[in-house]
Amino acid sequence: MNTRKEQIIYWLIRMVMYSIVLVIGYILFDIVWNGVPALSWEFISEYPRKGGAEGGILPAIVGTLALLVGTIAVSLPLGICSAIYLSEYAEQTRFTTMIRLAIITLAGVPSIVYGLFGLGLFVLLLNFGTSILAGCLTLACMVLPTIIVSSEEALRAVPRGYRDASLALGATKWETIRTNVLPYSLSGIITGSILGIGRAAGETAPILLTVAAFYLPRLPNSIFDQVMALPYHLYILATQHPEADKVLPLQYATALVLLLLVLGLSLGAIFIRIHFRKKYRW
Amino acid sequence: MVETSLFPADTDHVITTRQVNFFYGETQALFDITMDIPGRRVTAFIGPSGCGKSTFLRIFNRMNDTITGTRMEGEVRINGEDIYHNSSNVVNLRRKVGMVFQKSNPFPKSIFDNVAYGPRIHGTHDRQQLAEIVEQSLIRSALWDEVKDRLETNALGLSGGQQQRLCIARALAVGPDILLMDEPASALDPKSTIRIEDLIGELRNDYTIVIVTHNMQQAARISDYTAFFYEGSLVEFNATKKIFTKPREKQTEDYITGRFG
Amino acid sequence: MWKDKAMRLLMVSAASTSVFLVVLIFFFLAKESAPFVLKPGLSALFDTQWIPVSFVRERYGILPLVTGSALVTGLSMLFTIPLSVLGAIYIAEIASPVEREFLKPFIELLASIPSVVLGFFGLMVLAPLIKSLFGLGTGLTALTGAFLLTLMAIPTVITLSEDAIMSVPRAYKDASQALGASDLQTIFQVIIPAALPGIIAAIMLGTGRVIGETMAVLMVTGNSALMTWSPLAPVRTMTATIAAEMGEVSFGSIHYQSLFWIGLVLLAVTFVLNIIAQRVLVRYGMMK
Repeated sequence: MNTRKEQIIYWLIRMVMYSIVLVIGYILFDIVWNGVPALSWEFISEYPRKGGAEGGILPAIVGTLALLVGTIAVSLPLGICSAIYLSEYAEQTRFTTMIRLAIITLAGVPSIVYGLFGLGLFVLLLNFGTSILAGCLTLACMVLPTIIVSSEEALRAVPRGYRDASLALGATKWETIRTNVLPYSLSGIITGSILGIGRAAGETAPILLTVAAFYLPRLPNSIFDQVMALPYHLYILATQHPEADKVLPLQYATALVLLLLVLGLSLGAIFIRIHFRKKYRW
Repeated sequence: MVETSLFPADTDHVITTRQVNFFYGETQALFDITMDIPGRRVTAFIGPSGCGKSTFLRIFNRMNDTITGTRMEGEVRINGEDIYHNSSNVVNLRRKVGMVFQKSNPFPKSIFDNVAYGPRIHGTHDRQQLAEIVEQSLIRSALWDEVKDRLETNALGLSGGQQQRLCIARALAVGPDILLMDEPASALDPKSTIRIEDLIGELRNDYTIVIVTHNMQQAARISDYTAFFYEGSLVEFNATKKIFTKPREKQTEDYITGRFG
Repeated sequence: MWKDKAMRLLMVSAASTSVFLVVLIFFFLAKESAPFVLKPGLSALFDTQWIPVSFVRERYGILPLVTGSALVTGLSMLFTIPLSVLGAIYIAEIASPVEREFLKPFIELLASIPSVVLGFFGLMVLAPLIKSLFGLGTGLTALTGAFLLTLMAIPTVITLSEDAIMSVPRAYKDASQALGASDLQTIFQVIIPAALPGIIAAIMLGTGRVIGETMAVLMVTGNSALMTWSPLAPVRTMTATIAAEMGEVSFGSIHYQSLFWIGLVLLAVTFVLNIIAQRVLVRYGMMK
């Protein structure tokens, strides 16, 4: 059926696809190739010196991890509970439609607008100051829609029969959810959430205005401290540093660490999914 | 229509319904159903698909409550208690009224945990006591000999017929008086079907069993009484022997003879 | 039963947070920007110059920023649309199952590269390339930004377009082939038209992402707030303006308020795009 002309068109489309792949591959290659030589134990375990021109990026790594943990602590319970409501309790009412509309809207809000919002509400109005707390709350708002959507999908994948059987045995609705819906969907919830939160780890715009410190060569003491963060550190080194060329290897190494962290989270999520798939099959 | 005289004088009616109407949204699914279901007997609901027999069955343990947009009118009493009354406790109701579904639905847990699920949520946590309940329930459902050596393995590893008997054991473990069965053998092979039917025969003396089936031979084989439903109405309710030999209604006769060929 | 009711209440309140948040975000941006909109008056809004810090007279015309965003976004979509739609066609209709298993995660990988890393790559590799390619004084141009934004929009648009293509009923394809149409004819004359609403929605959602993207454009577009339609000129987008200037303003000043005003405009634009895209999806029954 395929004429010669069609074969050519097929190859053109294939070329488009693989040139995209090639570009992605090249970006990763460039970061890894230039980043690895500058990467060392010293780099990830020491404090920066001379405004970041020398030394390591330990505070930025710790800062990003702290933001990550805080964001998870705020957004995960809230997101899972919202998803449980949407999947298990919600009826086709105006209220439900409103919630879904709100989630879609939140998913589309630009990250810098979250930054503005966090600055106005958490930093200034609630007076948390530029702090880990303000940053985590801002990031949590940003990842909330992703967590809700992926958790709801995971909950809905649990066959209805389990719920029916449990209810018919006299379990209350909540007992049914706790014992026979949540456990089976947990892997999906965690996978989706980590993928969402991983993206938050690489975001700069929301933390720019709410938490990130330009240069702070020490570790935070409390949630009201400012911290350095990997993405912001990279931004500063690449664009604001007076001797940007001199610190080029450090820039690449920072980019590599950030990339490894974010991709590592995604890979971790995928492994969790594979592990649990073996455990629950239906 | 239904005459009480069709039951022996000493029969106690465990489930009684009066003018039950049921709606899915705007669509009426059941029309004015009034019937008395006798205790410690097997009652079969037959009729073409969509006739409302499953919907009616799910009224007895209020499983229809879990579907949004449904509405029930009329009165349903179980052991004299109005189960749709405001003060009625749906959890207690479902402890007394067990249900077995069309598609076997064991939880993806161990065999033991499946059977122990009901007792646990009702507050039994003593391991020894649970082990006894599990053993008794599995013996009653004729599954014990097949699984006693692998109680800790995942229930999803059982065959279809075994899974369905496990679901029966799971329902029995809560200690119900009434067992509702919604086409329990429709997804099984003939051999497994026979085992389920035998099991129903063994349980008939201790439980009030209501079974929905689309298989008329099955209804004829295992039930004492048979109710024929058509388009949401109860057409005829009588002793199974009478229904299958001398149906009173023309519709019943058409349905039965049509199927028997 | 009290516990059951309490849990239900907990879930309802959790779910309500989203609604609360949306209202709060709109309210907050409006509240912080209101004095600016009301005080300098409408004429300031249509000023063609953005000079927020000046010894002579501060000017807060966001027009150059809007055109900057529009130029970068428009250019980027010019690349994104053909690349993504063809990519989606390839993954959904042409690729072998093994290829699919490899391509899909790869595209997702692109989505998880942080925008600041892409911006860094743009700064290091793309900008010098464009500089020498076009013989410019600087490689920090609207075009550079548009390329990076294309990379960011591609995962969104490919994934959603592929969903749309996959949701076209198998029967359409069978019917077309039974009539003697070739595979390619079937793709372009039956499948793509049927999937079009979904693809359009995907493009709109991608556009929303591109308009709102901050770090990459901040790093590579040169940040000069001039009104221009030349792809090779440096421009400044709305997002970059907020990110670059918010750190230096004094809270509560007119400049501060004007940045919230830009944020509100951004929010409104992405909100409208989002809602229209959802409408299209719902209307054509492509909502999952």
